[in-house]
Amino acid sequence: MKRTMKEALIASIPVMMGYIVLGMAFGMLLESKGYSFIYALAMSAFIYAGSMQFVAINLLTSGATFINAAIMTLLINARHLVYGLSMIRKFEDMGKLKPYMIFSLTDETYSLLVSAKTPEGCLPQYYMFFISFFDQCYWVIGSLIGSIVGSLLTINTTGLDFAMTALFVVIVVDQYLNSTKHLYTYIGFGISIICLLIFGSDAFIIPSMIGIILSLIYVYEKGGKGNA
Amino acid sequence: MHEIILISIIAVLTFLTRVLPFFIFKDKSYPIIEYLGDVLPYAIMAMLVVYCLRSVDLLSGNHGICEMIGVGTVILLHLIKRNTLLSIIGGTLVYMLCVQIIFI
Repeated sequence: MKRTMKEALIASIPVMMGYIVLGMAFGMLLESKGYSFIYALAMSAFIYAGSMQFVAINLLTSGATFINAAIMTLLINARHLVYGLSMIRKFEDMGKLKPYMIFSLTDETYSLLVSAKTPEGCLPQYYMFFISFFDQCYWVIGSLIGSIVGSLLTINTTGLDFAMTALFVVIVVDQYLNSTKHLYTYIGFGISIICLLIFGSDAFIIPSMIGIILSLIYVYEKGGKGNA
Repeated sequence: MHEIILISIIAVLTFLTRVLPFFIFKDKSYPIIEYLGDVLPYAIMAMLVVYCLRSVDLLSGNHGICEMIGVGTVILLHLIKRNTLLSIIGGTLVYMLCVQIIFI
């Protein structure tokens, strides 16, 4: 077991730095909006979804309605469907660890698990479990550090919100560079900008999401099937 | 109280999106769902960029200059170095400098 833990720890190193730093940004931002470290801990322990937690800060501070928050959550996390899809076989033998494996399937953990090859002498179930578990530890530790450091330092945090914008810009650039599915990126930008102009900044998200889904289905029906 | 319920809703629904495929795709698959799962991330991430920048006013104030510089820095850093953390930290620092020092 000790060896399995050690091998999993090594495998999780690529995610360690990213999660600690991004977790810190999340913790600091949440703290700067007046929410104590308890909130950072609760959100990183129970929600445990990077982009969603950043959006959740906005939902909290803007006093969003439950319906709004629910729709936002479902759409931002829709990509999880794909992750689950490709893990159905892989998680088959996880036994009582399976619920945690499903709960903790973030983008980064997914990327580690898809390519994970259990080293010799290690138990595959526990090897995968510890990779997932260590990843969440990094995220929780990062957000706690960020929240506590943020409350101790009296640095001017004006503009720290931009970390979230930067995160999404990086994801879009990565998507753009790593695939040829640019049409879908354009649909996302086009429809949400049009909706922003029509509905204004407080009300454009839901119309955008509906518009995006309808457009994507339209593209699918029109023969985008081949390039999906 | 509102906040605790909000966080709970987000937590439960996030888990739902993770657990759903294990129930619905157990035996068969639906092409339209697989298609949406595949292409939605592209459109939704673009939408989230717009969401983050929704309050930028191009016609008054700083005319979104700091946002343009910030986003430009992120894109440039990422094209050159392809290092996610560096791009996020670099872009955020440049943006913070811009809003705190250059435009007060």
